[in-house]
Amino acid sequence: MADQEGPGWLTSERRAELLQLTAGGRWTLADLAKLDRESRAVTTGSGGGGRARIDLAQLTALDTAGAWLVHRIEQALEARGWQVELAGVPPQHQGLLTGVQRLELAVPAQPVRPNGVVRLVARLGRGTIAAGRKLLHLLSFFGEAALAFGRVLLHPGRLRLTSLTHHLEQTCLNALPIVGLIAFLLGIVMAYQGADQLRRFGAEIFTVDLLGISIMREIGILMTAIVVAGRSGSAFTAEIGAMQVNEEIDALRTIGLDPMEVLVLPRALALMIALPLLGFFAVLAGLFGGGLMAVLALDLSPAQFLTQLQSAVSPAHFWVGMIKAPVFAFMIALVGCYEGLNVTGSAESVGRLTTQSVVVSIFLVIVVDAMFSILFSYLGV
Amino acid sequence: MVTPAIRIEGLRTEFGPQVVHAELDLEVRQGEVLGIVGGSGTGKSVLLREILGLMRPAAGRIEVLGRDLAELDDGERRRLQGRQGVLFQQGALFSSLTVAENVQAPLRERERLSEALLRELAALKLALVGLPPDAGAKFPAQISGGMKKRAGLARALALDPEILFLDEPTAGLDPIGAAAFDRLIRELQQSLGLTVVMVTHDLDSLQAICDRVAALVDKRAMVGSLAELRAAEHPWLQAYFGGVRGRAALAAEG
Repeated sequence: MADQEGPGWLTSERRAELLQLTAGGRWTLADLAKLDRESRAVTTGSGGGGRARIDLAQLTALDTAGAWLVHRIEQALEARGWQVELAGVPPQHQGLLTGVQRLELAVPAQPVRPNGVVRLVARLGRGTIAAGRKLLHLLSFFGEAALAFGRVLLHPGRLRLTSLTHHLEQTCLNALPIVGLIAFLLGIVMAYQGADQLRRFGAEIFTVDLLGISIMREIGILMTAIVVAGRSGSAFTAEIGAMQVNEEIDALRTIGLDPMEVLVLPRALALMIALPLLGFFAVLAGLFGGGLMAVLALDLSPAQFLTQLQSAVSPAHFWVGMIKAPVFAFMIALVGCYEGLNVTGSAESVGRLTTQSVVVSIFLVIVVDAMFSILFSYLGV
Repeated sequence: MVTPAIRIEGLRTEFGPQVVHAELDLEVRQGEVLGIVGGSGTGKSVLLREILGLMRPAAGRIEVLGRDLAELDDGERRRLQGRQGVLFQQGALFSSLTVAENVQAPLRERERLSEALLRELAALKLALVGLPPDAGAKFPAQISGGMKKRAGLARALALDPEILFLDEPTAGLDPIGAAAFDRLIRELQQSLGLTVVMVTHDLDSLQAICDRVAALVDKRAMVGSLAELRAAEHPWLQAYFGGVRGRAALAAEG
């Protein structure tokens, strides 16, 4: 018949009452797709009933996948009322075939997907409930952290100074270049755009007011907070998450250490010190960039720029910006740690929660910034 | 003469100044179960990684199924990888996929099969390693350590390999689970005609299923049956087989 080392094949013919199937060649994974199609064609085209024989004498190779196909043909024919017998099973494959026949298989059905609208609504509902629940958990976590803060205030000896300085270095010192650069460039962009628009009224000089007030009140701190959320908030989640996967958090608890005190507080405190400092640095860098642009584009002298800046901004503007920094820092750090502690088991959840930590903390920073704006406008600052 | 499943000649492995293997020779016969034992830091797992081509030795020759690893091009390497399956120590299941999808992953990557057939084959492999039918839909984080190993084994068997590598297959299993896993490996090895190479610390496993044992001592491999190695003079082997745990495990032999 066909050449012995050739690919697998399957033929069927009817001899009066007998349905004769002949299988040969390699019945292995490499030819499985073809054999799968052929065997389905044979079994679906086999109406009636009676005796069926599957002749395997010409098989040259058989693996578990091939054995499964043989078994499936057998089952399919039996389901159609045939009496099936296997013939000419090569002795070296007998064990494998009986092994596969013995297995009780539960092949899952093709999962049914509900229609698009239903899925959309279901997803929306699940999302809303999950968001609400998360907000509550986050609030209770904030409360726990506040209590831990209180405990440390009463017993300052329990503050972990080594950890605090380590995180200060990570979140503050190492962030200086990127925060400075971003603020500097933003200053340039704002000065340029402002001068362009204000020139139409002949009011270019107010570019300096625009620059000073917006950078001090809003942009300096807000941009810093966003950069820090992306840089340090995500790092907190990933660090604590990896510890969680490693069971290090459980180890801490069993030796009587409170993760809140050991992990969360030093990070939160470090960030609350770091963010105002970084924000101040960003304000300086932004003003420097804006000033540079103003001097180049508006033909102001540096001295004129400084005089105009001094008359435009008051200390209140500066403090309105700075007072927000520790609040933002507290939220970024706590969201980062909270998501890290929520990690369960898998590497995938570390990645997912790290993303979530950045999104949630930036969102909260902007919401709280808006609330501050409303508050300050009530106070008339 | 049949080509050995694996032949290693003059293997040398070093990490900086630290030499792990020197002039190591090892031959794995087709259809046997070879256990690799050795103290911590003797390079058992490193040896496994070198055979799998995950790491290059400093010198020496490794042949798997008659092919020299150093001379393979990418296509040949891929084909060779399809002929070997690996069970990593922790199962190394992909955590973002369900157990059934984990088993389907190598099939999906290499063959063009219909979804229905993929589901059938996944169910077949899971049944083959003795997992309950509902395990397929679960994620790795939702199943126990023993089930993870079985699922990892199902994935290793997905492509019907000729050689199966096991890294500490029974580590972390309770004695009953470990014995059952040993039996499973033996049964599969016999019914599928596999060559099995297993790194293990478990004397019970050595005793139960290994045809031969390779002990990594003095940077080389001493190969023999369990009885031969027990009779050897080497102090590490004496300590290993002669210790309390060793004697208890071997006492069963009678």
